[in-house]
Amino acid sequence: MADAFNFELVSPERLLVSEKVSEVVIPATLGEMTVLVNHAPTMTTIKPGVVSVKLASGQVNKYVVFGGFADILPDSCTLLAESAVPAAELTRETLQHRIETTQADIGKATSDEHKTKLEQFLAELTHLNGVVVAA
Amino acid sequence: MPSLKDLKNRIASVKATQKITKAMKMVAAAKLRRAQEAAEAARPYAERMDKVLGSLAAANAGNADAPILLSGTGKDQVHLLVVATGERGLAGGFNSSIIRLARDHAQKLLAQGKTVKILTVGRKGNDVLRRSFKDNIVHYITFREVKQLGFVQADEVAHKVLEMFNAGEFDVATLFFSRFQSVISQVPTAQQIIPAKFETKDAGEPATGSAALYEYEPSEEEILEDLLPKNIAVQIFRALLENNASFYGAQMSAMDNATRNAGDMINKLTLSYNRQRQAQITKELIEIISGAEAL
Repeated sequence: MADAFNFELVSPERLLVSEKVSEVVIPATLGEMTVLVNHAPTMTTIKPGVVSVKLASGQVNKYVVFGGFADILPDSCTLLAESAVPAAELTRETLQHRIETTQADIGKATSDEHKTKLEQFLAELTHLNGVVVAA
Repeated sequence: MPSLKDLKNRIASVKATQKITKAMKMVAAAKLRRAQEAAEAARPYAERMDKVLGSLAAANAGNADAPILLSGTGKDQVHLLVVATGERGLAGGFNSSIIRLARDHAQKLLAQGKTVKILTVGRKGNDVLRRSFKDNIVHYITFREVKQLGFVQADEVAHKVLEMFNAGEFDVATLFFSRFQSVISQVPTAQQIIPAKFETKDAGEPATGSAALYEYEPSEEEILEDLLPKNIAVQIFRALLENNASFYGAQMSAMDNATRNAGDMINKLTLSYNRQRQAQITKELIEIISGAEAL
């Protein structure tokens, strides 16, 4: 891959990544998508999942994100995550904690629509639990 | 005139106070640096969020069914004031200047016949506002046990605000906090968060132009609906971080002043102590000499 573009992964607490990359896989709400250089301008929401970043040098870094959205331009891609951690630093406890809070939220949810949303979120988290921690 | 012993005791006590204020100043300085770093680290997210939302909002400006978080409820009868203050005192005018701003605002609104509801974040603001606006305070959140301010805390506040908004409990929300400018200058600020306000961009800005070319996944409206509540949390998070940095800045300069004042006081007391000691010696000498002369 010759062409690289700027990728930024930002969480409210800090800027995690700001580098030249050749390829990024994003867990978008409507399915995973791979972003390469010269992608059409797109804005998408993100579900909890793994972001895999291929640096210009060929090295692949993985990050776990919990919701957010991505702003994709032909020459750059910005991922605003609600919360993001390098995959290696994720522990079963933090994930479990999140699952529990979401479960508690479902119990409190008043509208069906909200409930469905939360249940979806929970399903993603549980799925993530199986994939990431096992690996 | 206090006796020599009294003076000595007072000097000792002022010295002890000075030691404490000096230590507090140093602690505040160390914490200030961390708070400042945190505030700076949060900036990129907030800036990008602002940019994206700004262009989305501009595209939706004339839209009649835009989310009510953006367009407002169409009324401005009930106002919610979110007042963020420190958990502790001993920070000069930090807490009182935020409270004063909020109080003036509340009184102005009340004079206009509006309904005012207050949500206090932080113990100090709650204590003071409770005195004059006891019936207006609807909720109180404290982060007394929280060591490191995180997004989770901001989310908790945002959650509460949104819950109230969705229940139709208020029309306009304003956030009060102290903007951190420098160690010696913190500006109490009022920021309207609901309905959302964005800085109006120049007409020729390319960002707005390219917004029309975006593909949205899922739809533009859904993204906007998803982002607006998040934006509230981000704004509150930023305010809390700025507040935190301002607090330590204010505390540092307050403690610096206190240390200096204590130093001045020690000098004054030492001077009068020495004078009095000298006077006593002179008095004793005179007594001896006049006694000797009398013989």
